[in-house]
Amino acid sequence: MAAGARIGRYGNLLDREDWLARLMLSPAILYIAALIGFPFFLALFYSVSDITVGSLGLGFVGLENFREIFQTPAFRVAVKNTFIFAFGSQAIVLVLAKILALALLKDFRGKWIVRGLILLPWVAPVSLGAIGWMWILDSIYSVINWTLRAVGIFGPETWPMWLGFPNLALSSIIAIHVWRLLPLATVILLAGLSSIPQDIHDAASVDGAGFWRREFEIIIPMVLPILGVAALFGIVFAFTDMIVIYVLTGGGPYDSTQVLASLAFYTGIDGGDLAEGAAIALFLFPLLVAVAFLMLRIARRAEVT
Amino acid sequence: MATVETIGIRKYFGDVKAVDGVDLKSEEGEFLVFLGPSGCGKTTLLRMIAGLEQPTDGDIVIGEVVVNHLPPRARGIAMVFQSYALYPHKTVYQNIAFPLKASGMRREDRNKRVEWAAGLFNIERLLHRKPRALSGGERQRVALARAVVREPNLFLLDEPLSNLDAKLRASARDELLQFQRRIGTTTIYVTHDQVEAMGMGDRIAVMDTGKLRQLGSPQEIYDNPADTFVAGFLGSPPMNLLEGEDAVVGFRPEAFLPSEGSHAGENGFRLPFRLKRVESLGADRLIYGVVGGPFRDQKAIARLSSNLPFAFRVDENCEFVVARKDVRFFDRETGLRTDPRPI
Repeated sequence: MAAGARIGRYGNLLDREDWLARLMLSPAILYIAALIGFPFFLALFYSVSDITVGSLGLGFVGLENFREIFQTPAFRVAVKNTFIFAFGSQAIVLVLAKILALALLKDFRGKWIVRGLILLPWVAPVSLGAIGWMWILDSIYSVINWTLRAVGIFGPETWPMWLGFPNLALSSIIAIHVWRLLPLATVILLAGLSSIPQDIHDAASVDGAGFWRREFEIIIPMVLPILGVAALFGIVFAFTDMIVIYVLTGGGPYDSTQVLASLAFYTGIDGGDLAEGAAIALFLFPLLVAVAFLMLRIARRAEVT
Repeated sequence: MATVETIGIRKYFGDVKAVDGVDLKSEEGEFLVFLGPSGCGKTTLLRMIAGLEQPTDGDIVIGEVVVNHLPPRARGIAMVFQSYALYPHKTVYQNIAFPLKASGMRREDRNKRVEWAAGLFNIERLLHRKPRALSGGERQRVALARAVVREPNLFLLDEPLSNLDAKLRASARDELLQFQRRIGTTTIYVTHDQVEAMGMGDRIAVMDTGKLRQLGSPQEIYDNPADTFVAGFLGSPPMNLLEGEDAVVGFRPEAFLPSEGSHAGENGFRLPFRLKRVESLGADRLIYGVVGGPFRDQKAIARLSSNLPFAFRVDENCEFVVARKDVRFFDRETGLRTDPRPI
């Protein structure tokens, strides 16, 4: 008991797991409450009010803001774009990430350098990457166009304005998003693939499965939960991100690359209509909650297997 | 049905010689066991036969065909892994049907074969479960069913019983053996457990440091070990190996008996044995001591039946005897068996 007496007050507190848990969780809870919880409830409140930047009074208008935004063509385009943007980029990301992860599983010289390089787009600041892409896709100085013309693939009449035409601009933005999200998806998948025991691969080859059968009947089904986590991460990310669009197109041309996040920003902050901006921003909230719920469920299932 | 032959097979991983020149040939329908301590190369040898590992040098012949460059699926083999390697996302039915599906068999035929294989191992009622809902013994049966369903020419089993608890292992051993006798497929079984090897193998290939030390029936290997490694590896406790003047002298603990009342009598080697410790194992007693005389106090163990009256006293000097026919001689340099000589 002598040894026990020497631990002292703080030692005892640290030994009590219920208190320790609260202590360690509290910074995160405070942080979430102050920086996410408070603005979120503020936005909920704004979305049913008539607040603008600089307005003095505050009136309750019910769902008026939501009715309003439904009638704006820009909003409908933004909803459509958000879905194209999120699902289009995710579909491409998953296919590419699977291929890339498969290649990175093999042993070759300099594998670790390649692995590091692949992570780079994820580690580098988004705005920096986006500015790089701005040069690459510039209407006059586009590296792609100059190179393709120099090697003779583009004739004298061909000069695509990558960010200047609606469809081309959306495709460019999807491509940049793929570039950005690919590393994370690859790393997640790589972890999933390397967790498959060698015996399973061996059993599949002894059982007579060729490459495609092994991939589609054994490997992909086994990493499906992890693939799902990667996909949902990407989708949430694509649904809520606006930096690429902000830097590259500013939502243009003619609002054709506007997504909900960017439209909310331009309407609420730039345009000063806080109430409508909040309504736009919250429009996808129920969907994102559903996605997040799904994500947690899949993650739990992945633990079991 | 097929036989397997390895001709001068080698596998080097960098500087490590996992398998270092093994020549062996199985017989038709036999149960051949690869036995050795961990790291002796037995699993690597099995994986090369399966086609999961490319040999550095040498040939593998299955049923008269050199299969070195054939992928596993073209070798007509089936393998059961230590971990069973069941596909966790597939039901038992789908697991067993997978090799058939991969070979392009029609669905109706597939059903029949899966039912047949499941019937062999009494797992019909598990067909719709996932592997994680099965016990260890059930998983092992599913793995075996998946292996037989294609009716392979050759069965490769990599320590398939080592994940079962001791009680289950004994009955699984029995079932596996009966099943192999019934289908009569040539089987190679890898294990580090000498009891399994002795009990199951028609022949045993004892391996160490990548080399084949001895190939023979369990009794042959036990009675006439080819070298000191085999002598010291088999048996529990293993053969007593004592350094003599010009040879290593070996004899089994159960052949080492008190001279009083022994039948070895005139024809045996009488050795002074100073008793140190006794271990009672129920049916037997292990007597630890040191052998004097020409062996200058080297350690040895005697195994006496508990029925045999014997009073143990620490540091007592007794006379033990070992019959001439039970003594083996090994070369001091190479460790290989040599001709009998006087002690």
